[in-house]
Amino acid sequence: MSDGSLGLWTVPLAVFGGAIRVSTPFLFVSLGECITERSGRINLGLEGTLVMGAMSAYGISYLSGSPWLGVLAAGIAGAMLGALHAGICSLPRVNDIAVGIALMLFGTGLAFYLGKPLIEPTAARLPAIDFGWWSDVPQVRAALRINVLFLIGLALAPILYWAFKTTRWGLLIRTAGESSDAARAMGYSVLAIRLRATMVGGFLSGIGGSFLSLFYPGSWNEGLSSGQGITAVALVIFARWDPMLCLWASLAFGGAAALGPALQSVGVTSGYHLFNAAPYILTLAIMIITCSPKRTLTGAPAELSITR
Amino acid sequence: MIIGETPLPEGPLGVDAVAVTMKFGDFLALDNVALKVRPGSFHALLGENGAGKSTLVKCIMGYYHATEGDIMVGGREQAIANPKDAHALGLGMVYQHFTLVPAMTVAENLVLARDDVPAIVNWAKEKQELEAFLARMPFKVPLNARVSDISAGERQKCEILKQLYLRRRFLILDEPTSVLTPGEADEVLGMLRDMVVNGGLTILMITHKFREVMAFADEVTILRRGKLAGNGKVADLTPDSMARMMIGAEELTVQPPRVGQLGEARLELSKLCAIDDAGAVAVENVSLTVRGGEIVGIAGVSGNGQRQLVEVLAGQREAESGEVRVRGDLYSASREEMRRHKMSLLPEEPLRNACVGGMSVADNLAFREFDRAPFASKGWWLNRSAFRKDAERKIGLYKIKTRSPDTPISALSGGNVQRAVLARELGGEVEVLIAANPCFGLDFAAVAQIHAEIMAARNRGAAVLLVSEDLDELLELSDRLVVMFHGQFVHEARASEADLTEIGRHMAGH
Repeated sequence: MSDGSLGLWTVPLAVFGGAIRVSTPFLFVSLGECITERSGRINLGLEGTLVMGAMSAYGISYLSGSPWLGVLAAGIAGAMLGALHAGICSLPRVNDIAVGIALMLFGTGLAFYLGKPLIEPTAARLPAIDFGWWSDVPQVRAALRINVLFLIGLALAPILYWAFKTTRWGLLIRTAGESSDAARAMGYSVLAIRLRATMVGGFLSGIGGSFLSLFYPGSWNEGLSSGQGITAVALVIFARWDPMLCLWASLAFGGAAALGPALQSVGVTSGYHLFNAAPYILTLAIMIITCSPKRTLTGAPAELSITR
Repeated sequence: MIIGETPLPEGPLGVDAVAVTMKFGDFLALDNVALKVRPGSFHALLGENGAGKSTLVKCIMGYYHATEGDIMVGGREQAIANPKDAHALGLGMVYQHFTLVPAMTVAENLVLARDDVPAIVNWAKEKQELEAFLARMPFKVPLNARVSDISAGERQKCEILKQLYLRRRFLILDEPTSVLTPGEADEVLGMLRDMVVNGGLTILMITHKFREVMAFADEVTILRRGKLAGNGKVADLTPDSMARMMIGAEELTVQPPRVGQLGEARLELSKLCAIDDAGAVAVENVSLTVRGGEIVGIAGVSGNGQRQLVEVLAGQREAESGEVRVRGDLYSASREEMRRHKMSLLPEEPLRNACVGGMSVADNLAFREFDRAPFASKGWWLNRSAFRKDAERKIGLYKIKTRSPDTPISALSGGNVQRAVLARELGGEVEVLIAANPCFGLDFAAVAQIHAEIMAARNRGAAVLLVSEDLDELLELSDRLVVMFHGQFVHEARASEADLTEIGRHMAGH
């Protein structure tokens, strides 16, 4: 075994490593969107936030030499875009979905414009922790090189789950999302709660973007995201607005996405594109199985514009 | 509150509204209204829909700022800028529409309502304190149940408990019994009355039920169209004198007497089942026959499957199993069947369920017949002048108050939307009529007109299924009464021999 030929064991190992790698941006964006949607608003602009975050992180990391400053910058850029979304949505008769689509285009467009000079240079990248030090098998070591952002996300999911239940902010966000009348009757400003929830959502999405440019694939170009932000928004619905389920959904999605490359690495080349479509097929299948025209989605915040 | 000011008196609070005038643009919602609620009393605020009751209490609670006039709390003038100020003074309000968050537990709702929700909630400690608080209270609620899973009566108790938990000393109740069975209403109001009598609480109750005013209130203030129409001690007044003050000189439609013969079976439901939006069983094995010339009333507390039953009959929801027959033919609520059997429908919330808000009154009036002559030639070319002529005739006949037939129907008041639906549904021949809470939230004049029309349709030989949460309405109109509880028919009685206590018991599921 020490010669590195693991045979078919390569596939689950590669899927495991890939799941962690691919799922990290999904995890951050879906947790961010989970917070925003639980407050009663949908921010579809997170695709733009993700790309903007990737660009800012890369730029700041390149200029300062510190990838963590880049991550922070990505978060701040995301929070600003979130504030913009929430600000526009707090005007009367504004539809959050339409604003989200506009901001998606705005965010990606702005990132491409500002990021033009960043395609060439190389920025400092985020570190990873080697959990595979005990093994001499290169595939095992590769699969167990886990990036720090994933670990943060892994901790964040249960923290959010707990926070929704036992903190004042969690209760207020849920109240704003479930019944804005109740929140108003208690003297809380629904708009202010949603503004903060959308900013935090944007912050996390921006960090998700920084992962793309600073770890994997680890460079800045215009094809970096290819719709991952929007897919993550869908994952939240799929995860029934539950942060823990967001974690599992992101991992399942990431694992499915890693299936194609993993199979290719052991020489299965037929149906390569089919395997690459696995995450989408998986999502579609689960959606069809769990949805019904006769029932409303369970767990959906009652104030969301799609459930109202 | 200004530092150095003497604090408010201990115990129950009194509130005075002095010469309050409230304008919304050109509209005068309140005109120089006075309301004096003495500390430690149970005060009723009576008035029709749109009389300004809600506006007045919202001025007291700081939602609105009166254009003119003052609010005095505990004998002292107070500037109440927002609900938080009102809460700080010890004023609380229980709203007609629940302000509990349905997806949260009772305990979460109670803790959330506090002004000082801790940043991190220690649930073990909070639950202990809540249990201790509940032990001192006259009614109990399940702390760990989700609000969406408890009954309307329990929710109303929760709303009241929430205010008591927040140590309010002046409580405004907005139509607190509209979702309760008569038994529950008496229980809740009786307990509140005891708390008032024992000191510590003042209550201002908005209502339109004379029975509750007579039984529980000490004093009453009556509003009509934004003006003070009368006030005084309840002991000095009768329901009749109060009704006169509420309605004024307006003439009400006289309801025709109950005449005619019982006809053949028109509407038959057999073992009908339906599920609600959450996928739970809402209507379970319901069987019923309604014959021509008969009004069958379905009583029940809201949320016991009546809505889903009406939606199945209206074609808005698919039945899971069972069948509906009209004059022996299988009925699936298609347009063709409705037309053939002359089905008419007065659904609840007519603006949502029976109208397209953005379309004109004339268009809405023509929905049943718009694709046939004289409205359409050859089934596709619409004749707009026919729409207009028909609409003008119906607007006159049914006294629909609208600026023109081209006004969007959503611009009409609730009573006039219901009159328009009435004109459309009862304007032609009717063999089967299904009505669901047809008078909910309407004024006396509209209610009298709708009741008269329903009775007239029955007398002409229509089979009428009347679903209502208002027992008085059911007892007045129905020939036969069925009680619905948890999706099933649990009790049946002739309306003339019905016993209110017996029906109330079945409505509560006992």
